[in-house]
Amino acid sequence: MEAKQILPKMPKSWNPASKPHKFCPGCGHGLVLKALGQVIDELNIQDRVVFGCDIGCSLLSWDFFNVDTVQTHHGRTTPVIVGIKRANPELITIAYMGDGGGYAIGSQHLVNAANRNDNITAILVNNTVYAMTGGQMAPTTMPDQKTETTPYGRDIKETGYPMLGPEMVAAIAHEGAYVARGSIAKFRQLKTFIKKAIENQMAGRGFSFVEALSTCPTNWRTNAEKTWDFVENIMPQYFPIGEYKVPGGKEE
Amino acid sequence: MGSKPIEGERKVFMTGNEAVAWAALAAGADIMYGYPITPQNEIMQYWTRLGPKYNKKFLQTEDELSAGFTTIGGVLAGRRAFTATAGPGNVLMQEPMSMAEAMRIPTVVVIQQRGGPSTATVIYSQQEVTLTCFGGNGEGLRVVYSTSSHQDLFDYTIKAFNTAWKYRFPTFVLSDGYQAKMRESVVIYDPEARGIRMVPTEPFLGKAGTPGEDRPAAHLRNTYNIEEELLEVLSKDIEEYERVAPEIIEYDAYNTENADLLVIAHGVVFRSAAMAVKELANQGYKIGYFRPITLRPFPREQLRQAAQQAKQLLVVESAYGQLLKIVQDNLYGLNVPIKTLLRPGVGITPEEIAEKAKALLAGKEA
Ligand SMILES: Cc1ncc(C[n+]2csc(CCOP(=O)(O)OP(=O)(O)O)c2C)c(N)n1
Ligand code: SF4
Ligand SMILES: [Mg+2]
Repeated sequence: MEAKQILPKMPKSWNPASKPHKFCPGCGHGLVLKALGQVIDELNIQDRVVFGCDIGCSLLSWDFFNVDTVQTHHGRTTPVIVGIKRANPELITIAYMGDGGGYAIGSQHLVNAANRNDNITAILVNNTVYAMTGGQMAPTTMPDQKTETTPYGRDIKETGYPMLGPEMVAAIAHEGAYVARGSIAKFRQLKTFIKKAIENQMAGRGFSFVEALSTCPTNWRTNAEKTWDFVENIMPQYFPIGEYKVPGGKEE
Repeated sequence: MGSKPIEGERKVFMTGNEAVAWAALAAGADIMYGYPITPQNEIMQYWTRLGPKYNKKFLQTEDELSAGFTTIGGVLAGRRAFTATAGPGNVLMQEPMSMAEAMRIPTVVVIQQRGGPSTATVIYSQQEVTLTCFGGNGEGLRVVYSTSSHQDLFDYTIKAFNTAWKYRFPTFVLSDGYQAKMRESVVIYDPEARGIRMVPTEPFLGKAGTPGEDRPAAHLRNTYNIEEELLEVLSKDIEEYERVAPEIIEYDAYNTENADLLVIAHGVVFRSAAMAVKELANQGYKIGYFRPITLRPFPREQLRQAAQQAKQLLVVESAYGQLLKIVQDNLYGLNVPIKTLLRPGVGITPEEIAEKAKALLAGKEA
């Protein structure tokens, strides 16, 4: 880290009235939303964006931006956003959810929106746990990882392997779709992925999906160093970072 | 192309599902979201045949959760959006409709009841009354119209959009498989030609201007930090619901002043009840009927007034006491005995009702 970095400005599309935000210190949600805020600013689309947030810690973003926002139910942000986009294709619609919301309770919506090539952008925060409910196993919990419902570590023989979301979405999505996995540990790349996803929607090419590897020190019960190590070094071993589907087929 | 789907009015012979699709078109509905289930399928089928001629949209979703939540999305975008379902689909529909109720989102849902519980039968019942009126994890702040004819289906589908958008409570047209599938005469019309003004829609999200600069951002939520915050929202909604209820309530009544026996029925069973009651009244029996058209909000005072004049009441329904519970609740404290003819999941003929009514009037417990 550079010592004499000037304090970065808050993205213009953020809602200053709701800052400082409500995520725990060290939480990755804030960084994902910072990347998204900067992208909204750079694309100059604050007046056209509709943001939907799920139930999970993502709900804490219901007043995060100065963009029109709806907080939905657990797993149901994708269909609400699909419904909005179908009814008014002029809007730029973003569904923001956790790994539980997207890969467990709302997986049918994710799969079908991807397969229909719905022209929306879904951003999913993978923090390997159900954070809001106190740290239970998520579809993305790593093998042997301890959670409140896998106190002895996730036994993959009993509970299966972590869900590989972008891989799955890329496998079912069609030409025109954009699919990537980024990480808050590689902020600039994550921001690029989010930007490309939204540009994909703006170009009318179809479904775009970005999973963001993220942190939950509160439920991981890790200090700053261990938290960063987990997201930077451990998670990508199972969840490879990169682009999984790019229109025209030039994955980065 | 693009012209009015119905000019003036026209008498037609069609199924109830077809009447719903025409009504939605006539009402200026913009988009339907739906998942196939008998007996509502033909609503989607007619909508997808008629709709494209008038730039109307349709999305076939992955399930009824999605049908309900996409309908919410359509409404949030400011469109007259609707869906239709039945039975197990109505069960799934309760999650999105809880959200619509919590956030005062004017969704319109047509329910074509079928037998339950579970998959049961695919044609007919009146067993979705409790579910449709009170199915969410909330207080039932909804409007539920129970139709008993194709004309009702056409009229109340149009009205449902206006009620929903005027009062901002999720609104249901509660019908059943008989009405959905059978054919009968109905007058379909352009609402304007009847002097019915469609309540204009407006977007909740994506209004003009940059949020935070030209206008505040819309921040819609149904999550609250503290109990008191929720209570404040709910109290306001409940107060509003009660205040507008008298404007929404609809019912039909016959011969209530001269009735020793008052028959209470809704929906398609009301047709049998009305036939039986009128026939008996013509024969000199002291009998009348009361039909709640809105099951939510319920015509409480009107029923109490009618019931007070009777010596006994007869609740008739194709369910094991779902209307009955609502009636009992609304008549609490009145000292009129309530008799029942409850046949869950099957139709009830005028003859059966007449027989029961005659036995009751003769003082025989049938
Ligand atoms: C239908 C339903 N089931 C369960 C819940 C309880 N619930 C709230 S948040 C949550 C999990 C959130 O996990 P995730 O989606 O990964 O988001 P995170 O909190 O980790 O960001 C659950 C199960 C709910 N709100 N609704
Ligand atoms: S519990 Fe975890 S995911 Fe939720 S705000 Fe705190 S750190 Fe973030
Ligand atoms: Mg999570």
